Amino acid sequence: MHPVIELDGLEVRFGQRVILKQLKAALTGRAIGLLGPNGAGKSTLINTLLGFHKPSAGTARILGRDIRTQAREVRSLVGYMPENDAYISSMTGVHMVRMMAELAGLPREHALERAHEAFFYVGLGEVRYRAIGTYSLGMKQAAKLAQAIAHGPKVLFLDEPTNGLDPPARTRMIQLIQEIRDRGDLHLLLSSHLLHDVEDCCDQVLILKDGNIAAFCNLEEERRANRRFLELETRGGNNGDFLDAVVKLGCETAPGVQGRIKLVMPEGLDVRRLYEIAAGQNVQIRRLNRKRDSLEDIFLKAMESANGRL
Amino acid sequence: MAVYKKTYRPYEGELTASWSRFLVIPRYAFEELHGKRFLTIFFLASFIYPLICALIIYVQHNVSALSLLGVQQQGARNLISINVTFFMSLLGWQSVMALFLASFIGPGLVSPDLANNALSLYLARPFSRAEYVIGKMSVLAILMSLMTWVPGLLCFGLQGYLEGWGWMRDNWRLASGVFFGSWVWILILALLALALSAWVKWKPAAGGLMFGVFFVASAFGGLINVVQRTRWGNLFNISHLIGVVWVQLFEGSHQTTNGAVFFRVMQGEQLPLWTAWMALAVLAFICLYMLRRKIRGAEVVR
Repeated sequence: MHPVIELDGLEVRFGQRVILKQLKAALTGRAIGLLGPNGAGKSTLINTLLGFHKPSAGTARILGRDIRTQAREVRSLVGYMPENDAYISSMTGVHMVRMMAELAGLPREHALERAHEAFFYVGLGEVRYRAIGTYSLGMKQAAKLAQAIAHGPKVLFLDEPTNGLDPPARTRMIQLIQEIRDRGDLHLLLSSHLLHDVEDCCDQVLILKDGNIAAFCNLEEERRANRRFLELETRGGNNGDFLDAVVKLGCETAPGVQGRIKLVMPEGLDVRRLYEIAAGQNVQIRRLNRKRDSLEDIFLKAMESANGRL
Repeated sequence: MAVYKKTYRPYEGELTASWSRFLVIPRYAFEELHGKRFLTIFFLASFIYPLICALIIYVQHNVSALSLLGVQQQGARNLISINVTFFMSLLGWQSVMALFLASFIGPGLVSPDLANNALSLYLARPFSRAEYVIGKMSVLAILMSLMTWVPGLLCFGLQGYLEGWGWMRDNWRLASGVFFGSWVWILILALLALALSAWVKWKPAAGGLMFGVFFVASAFGGLINVVQRTRWGNLFNISHLIGVVWVQLFEGSHQTTNGAVFFRVMQGEQLPLWTAWMALAVLAFICLYMLRRKIRGAEVVR
């Protein structure tokens, strides 16, 4: 089984400036987030994977196809929603999406059918015969998504899909992306500088900083691990007895000051058991936090590292 | 009303041949052009001259039509000869019409895609930059073909049919001149129109520049000729270069004419044939270089 995206010492230069520096990673997730501050190289990475920029060294593979030697094949697997406005202003929405599907190789009648479907799917069914130039920003974003999925790609590149959207439109876009992800028919690469977008949609995250990989984490594993990590604040009773009882349940504990306890629960143990033991020991659990190393924490740690590498 | 599924589903059906996908571009372009009334009228009007030529050929060979006009057949032949000048004039007029057409249509082919970043949509598909350029060029090439060599060869065929196989055999060079001469002009015009369209995003300016390249450059060439007392200024005169090539294509080394309409070569100012070909090749390479710089999926900011 090939990784979805494999970066193999990928380096991209624009003149003397090195934009992507020897990137190495194997991304296997269903939905991969690409995070980083502005200028980190997110869009350059996507453009390089699409063959718009030539790597100066190394290469990358998408579902096993090399971007250097099999660029056409790579592009036949990919759907791309660009960051900026991208449309043919004189065409109606459905006309443009149909043309793009035909350019991807779909026969005319299939392209027409799928263009309509894609427009209904992204919620633009009623305006599909209007010239794209007259669409609002949110509509244009949705139309870009429609043209990216109309030909049924295996990998979908979304470059800042919620850019410029108001909160309801953003929510709708995120829902669409989640729906596409959950169907399981394709892989997603979502580039964004908005942590929430990535957190909501992705199971793996690659964080770029100054053209380097600053962090790579599996959000799903992080979430699983975080679910077992607790921080308690207790009052009354004998805290020592309570701690002993908790350890007997298989928890790892670390007592702190003023009745605070950090603990990692074993698999299968319900939090309710802690409350039951506390009640038996006359200990009040005043507060229980699931200490979570959120994506924000991971991102901030990555940004603090001096050379962009954790 | 059709009911469409509001869900995403992968595509598992058949795909078209990859070599044929560039033809999608002219098909959509023609659909769009068809809605422009002025262009449709202009395009239809451009067939008036070939129709007149076809009529002349027909009347010349139709004794009853000539007698109705009160003209002897030999007299009609002396009045208008169906020879190299006839076909070169036909090609000359039609080529001027093609220049106008390229100026109207050409600027709208690439510049809107660049202005609205649509190139990233085209090139994110299994569709190369070369295919994009060929697709856009074919819009102009198909229309200009219908205006130049297609009516030219039809007139040649009509004359051959009426005059006999011997005439066709003796004058095959006229047919090849019409065909290849048209293609030289079509390729130069199409490349120039696309290159200007890629660099000048404002359509009226790009259209104006098309004429500018022909008229201003030829005036500049003329100025060089006068000031330097040379003929090499004609290297800037595209219509002169085309004229030199046409005369050679129509007549070979036995030249009796000096080009046609807009493409006339002044006596004594004629450039050597190889320099005309070379200058046209350089112009084509410059246009290709301009297109190569601009037709990209993503702009590189160095």
